[in-house]
Amino acid sequence: MRPITLLFVLIVVTLVLQALGMAVGSTGWSPPWGDPTAMQIVWDIRAPRCAGAWLAGALLGLGGAIAQGLFRNPLADPYLLGSSSGAALGVAVLLALLGVSPVASAWSLRLGLTGAAFVGAVGAVSLTLILARGVQHTLRLLLAGVVVGVVLGALSALTMLMVPDIMRAMQAFMMGTTGFLGWNSVTILASTLVVSVLVAFGCSRALDALTLGDSAAISLGVRLAGVRMLLIAAMALATGAAVAQAGLISFVGLVAPHLVRSRVNTTNGPVLVLSALFGGVLLLGADIVARWVWAPQELPVGVLTAVLGGGYLLWRMNRGG
Amino acid sequence: MNTPHHATALSADIQAVRLSKQLVLHPISLALQAGRWTAIVGPNGAGKSTLLRTLAGLQPCDGQIGLQGRPLNDWPAKERARALAWLGQSEAGADDLSALDVVMLGRLPHQAWLAPASPADHVAVEQAMTQTHCWAWKERTLAHLSGGERQRVLLARALAVQAPIVLMDEPLAHLDPPHQADWLCIVRELVKQGVTVVSVLHELNMALQADDLVVMAKGQVRHHGPAGAASSHAALQEVFDHRLKLFNVEGQWLAMPYTA
Repeated sequence: MRPITLLFVLIVVTLVLQALGMAVGSTGWSPPWGDPTAMQIVWDIRAPRCAGAWLAGALLGLGGAIAQGLFRNPLADPYLLGSSSGAALGVAVLLALLGVSPVASAWSLRLGLTGAAFVGAVGAVSLTLILARGVQHTLRLLLAGVVVGVVLGALSALTMLMVPDIMRAMQAFMMGTTGFLGWNSVTILASTLVVSVLVAFGCSRALDALTLGDSAAISLGVRLAGVRMLLIAAMALATGAAVAQAGLISFVGLVAPHLVRSRVNTTNGPVLVLSALFGGVLLLGADIVARWVWAPQELPVGVLTAVLGGGYLLWRMNRGG
Repeated sequence: MNTPHHATALSADIQAVRLSKQLVLHPISLALQAGRWTAIVGPNGAGKSTLLRTLAGLQPCDGQIGLQGRPLNDWPAKERARALAWLGQSEAGADDLSALDVVMLGRLPHQAWLAPASPADHVAVEQAMTQTHCWAWKERTLAHLSGGERQRVLLARALAVQAPIVLMDEPLAHLDPPHQADWLCIVRELVKQGVTVVSVLHELNMALQADDLVVMAKGQVRHHGPAGAASSHAALQEVFDHRLKLFNVEGQWLAMPYTA
């Protein structure tokens, strides 16, 4: 398949899914035409949720493509440098500090939580960079990311142990959910996506050169340290925003770039953009299924992406990929 | 490629090079003439690749490297990339890229940021791929190529830079005899055009076809001179513990392992 064909297909699927997502609610399929209350529901709840789910998926897909290109490892995912455990710790600490107060203004709590998750994610990546003493050695970066992930994970567990009341809320965050996405989230996610796609696309030629190894890239005039820093910043920003708004959605970031590369063989520029689109399609599709299969009950979308994503990877593995 | 003949293309004034605190190169002073093919030879662990990496500016060193008479560190990255092309030892990866995309990377130093490939880029790429006989499968991805085919694509990538100086580390790895011969022709053609070629070569018989030899042992340059000179052969004998025999067959020097 040519990249332009895949681009076209993904855009069409996105539009179809958006339309479908508007029409699927807690009562199953319910076309909103003619009913003002239904229109209100569509505009205030379903529309931002659909757009937000797509955007969060796109950010994760982009983050995954950056990670896989930068670390030249097909198993790299956007959570690699500790952003997921950082976000979880941020949320755990905030919840513990607030205490559980379901009656307290849910809105302000939500705003505080996304902020805490974002600060946690970006803070964890910064910590990884400091521990790795910069970006020169990718192996050191990966190891530092693992250490940060483990230590921050332990700290979250400790926080939960000391304040057991927060466990339920934490669990919901860890599973990932698209249920709380409003127009505010959509604005934040969309602007983050624009910035990080532009940065990543700007560095895409350098990523291509990097496929030949550090030395070859330097010999081709690539300023490696600067490019790595920019890409890690874009990845941290994208992942941080997605995690802050939608929780720890698993597998989308890992699988989206694979799906793109199994269909088109092209340079990193198109792969980055297509991975973002594919990530969006995946999460929006999963979100719609999560709302549909059990309606009026809802499946946590993170569970669905984990099952589907894991299944896909297994299938590819056994296909001899 | 309009470097005047007999000017110094690359010069090294190295005090020391350390790899993770271990001294790998001792003081080395070297001047490589433009428009000649120099082969760096020596036993395993002599520091050949490290010297080549240092010359390319890929390995930090105590000392100074001069590229066309100007300190290497003073060159802007892109300008330096146009002047000096590098082919590393079995460059890995790029599995998902097509051969054409990989060779086009060689044009990166000539392209403005994110600019599409110019007609000149396409010409350079096709020329390089034709030279290394890989134009026929330009659409195939590197994952679907054999080791030798992949090496030819990577060689084309280095040639596509069209730099006046080309450094190659073990460029013959995975190449079968016909393609080794092709490589020789390519190098001779480059040198005829005035390009300076420096290569680390394991294969002594190939190295003996070069214009000049840099003979290394234990992190030092023991000898630098014309490949056909008796003094160069004596230096070779010395660094290989006199376990070589050199024969002149049809005007070409050959080195054979000597067991006795």
